[in-house]
Amino acid sequence: MELFLHQILAGLATGGIYACVALAVVMIYQAIDQLNFAQGEMAMFSTFVAWQLIQWGAPFWIAFVATVALSFLAGVAIERIVLRPIRDAPALTQLVVFIALLAILNSGAGFIWDYQIKTFPSPFGSGELFGQSLISPHDAGMIAVTLMMLALLYLFFRHTRIGLAMRAAAANPESARLAGIRVGWMIALGWGMAAAVGAVAGMMIAPVVFLEPNMMESILLYGFAGAVVGGLSSPAGAVLGGFAVGIIENLAGTYIPVVGRELKLSIALAIIIAVLVVKPSGLLGRAVVTRV
Amino acid sequence: MTALLETRGLCAFYGDTQALFGLDLAVEEGGITTLLGANGAGKTTTLRSLCGMVRTRGEIRFDGWSLAGQPTESIVRRGIAHVPQGRGTFSRQTVEENLAIGAITRHDRAGIADDVNRVYRYFPRLKERCHQQAGTLSGGEQQMLAVGRAMMLRPRLMLLDEPSFGLAPKIVEELFSILGTLNRTESVSMLLVEQNAEIALELADHAYLIETGRLVMAGPAAQVRGNENIRKFYLGY
Repeated sequence: MELFLHQILAGLATGGIYACVALAVVMIYQAIDQLNFAQGEMAMFSTFVAWQLIQWGAPFWIAFVATVALSFLAGVAIERIVLRPIRDAPALTQLVVFIALLAILNSGAGFIWDYQIKTFPSPFGSGELFGQSLISPHDAGMIAVTLMMLALLYLFFRHTRIGLAMRAAAANPESARLAGIRVGWMIALGWGMAAAVGAVAGMMIAPVVFLEPNMMESILLYGFAGAVVGGLSSPAGAVLGGFAVGIIENLAGTYIPVVGRELKLSIALAIIIAVLVVKPSGLLGRAVVTRV
Repeated sequence: MTALLETRGLCAFYGDTQALFGLDLAVEEGGITTLLGANGAGKTTTLRSLCGMVRTRGEIRFDGWSLAGQPTESIVRRGIAHVPQGRGTFSRQTVEENLAIGAITRHDRAGIADDVNRVYRYFPRLKERCHQQAGTLSGGEQQMLAVGRAMMLRPRLMLLDEPSFGLAPKIVEELFSILGTLNRTESVSMLLVEQNAEIALELADHAYLIETGRLVMAGPAAQVRGNENIRKFYLGY
C-alpha cells in the first residue's frame, strides 16, 4: 500500500512537469495549429541558462526568475524572427523549421556547455519532508510550483484584458482582428509564455533527470502524450492529461513486470496510440470539424 | 453632408484574379448607405477591401485618413466596426466575453460597463443569455451579438455584411428596426451590404448597385426603389 501511494505521489510530481510541457505545446498549438517539436529543447536551453547563472553565483530563485524572463523574451523573439516570415507557408515548411530549431538548440547547448551530465540543484533541499518518506521535498515542491503556475495562468487568461485578447486571437483570428486585436503580437506573446512555462518545467525536472542537452527528449514525448490524452484543443485537458500520464507511467513501471525501467518510454507511445484510436479529440478536447 | 468614407478607383485582388474594378463609393456622415448586387458581384470583397483584408489598389479615405495598405487592426482602431459575414462569433466564449472582446481596444472601464448595458437595452435577449457560450445562441441572437460587439467599439462607421442572412423574416425586421434606431440615436454611419434589396432600400438613404466588381448605378435609395427596370433586372423583386 505504501509503495502504491509512493508511486502515485511520485507520478503526480513528474506528471506536473509533463503537464507544464503539455500546456506549452497546447498554447502554441491553439495559436498556430502546429505542434512545436522544439518545445523540449527550448526548455532544456533555458535550464542551461539557469545553471550558468547559478554557476556565476546567483541564488537559485534569482536565477529562476531571470531565466523565466529571458525565456519569455527569447520565445517572443523566435516567433517574430523565425516564424513570422513563414506564417502563410505550408505546414511542412513550418515543421521543418521546428526540427531545425530543435537541432540548433540541442547542438548549441552541447557546443556551449558540452555533453557531460551536470547536477542541477533543487531549491527544496533533500532529506525527509515532515518526517515521512512518502514524498521527497523536491517532489512536493515540484507539485506546488506546478499548481501555482497553472493557477496564475488560469487567472491571467480568465481575468485580464490581454488574456481575453489572446483567447480571442486563438479562437477566431479574423474576427479578433476586426475587434482591433493585434493578432500577430498575441501569437508572439503566446510563444513567450510557452517558452517561460517550459523553462519552469525544465528547472523543476533537471534535479531529477540531471542536466544535459538530451534531457527533455523523453519528457517532451510524455508531454505530447499528456496533450493528446487531454485533447490538443484544451489547456485544462493538457494539464489533466499530463498528470494522468505521470501516474500511469509510474504505476506501469512498478506493477507490470515486463515494463520495468527500460520500456517505460514506450508507455507514452502506447497511450498516444490508444487515445487516438478510442477518442481522437482527447478527454476534454472538442472534435474539430472542417468544412470542405 | 460630407462623406465620412470615400473610395476612388478601388480595385481588389485575390491572388492574380481581380475582383473589383475601380469603384468610386461614398458613405455620408450620419447616413445609411447600402451596397446591392447579386451573388459574386463583389459586395463582401468591397467591405473586406475597406478593412485591409484583401489586396487593393486605389484610394480609400476615412475622415481624411488614408486607409489603403493599413493593417486591419489599425483601421478598426480608427473607428470602423465590421460585422462580418457569418457573424464572427467567438463561439467558446460567453456572450459577456464576446462584448468585452468588442471593447478590447478601449481603456475606460466605466464607459465600457455603460456600453454593455446599452447593448443589453437594445438586445434584451442577450442579457438573458449573458453567461451562455455564444456558440449555443440561435442565428438571430448571434447576429445581434455581432452588432452588439461592433457597438462596443463606439464606432463612427459600421460595415454590415448581410446581417439578414439565414434569419427568419420577423427577426430580420426586428434587427433592421434596431439598426435604424442605432443610426439615429447613436449617430453611427452605416454601410450595409445586402442580398435582401427590399429591406435594405427601406432602411438606407443612399444606394449603390454593383455587378461583377463594377458600379452599375448609384443614387438615393427612394429613387432606386422607384425604378421598376432596376428592380426587375438587378434586384429581382
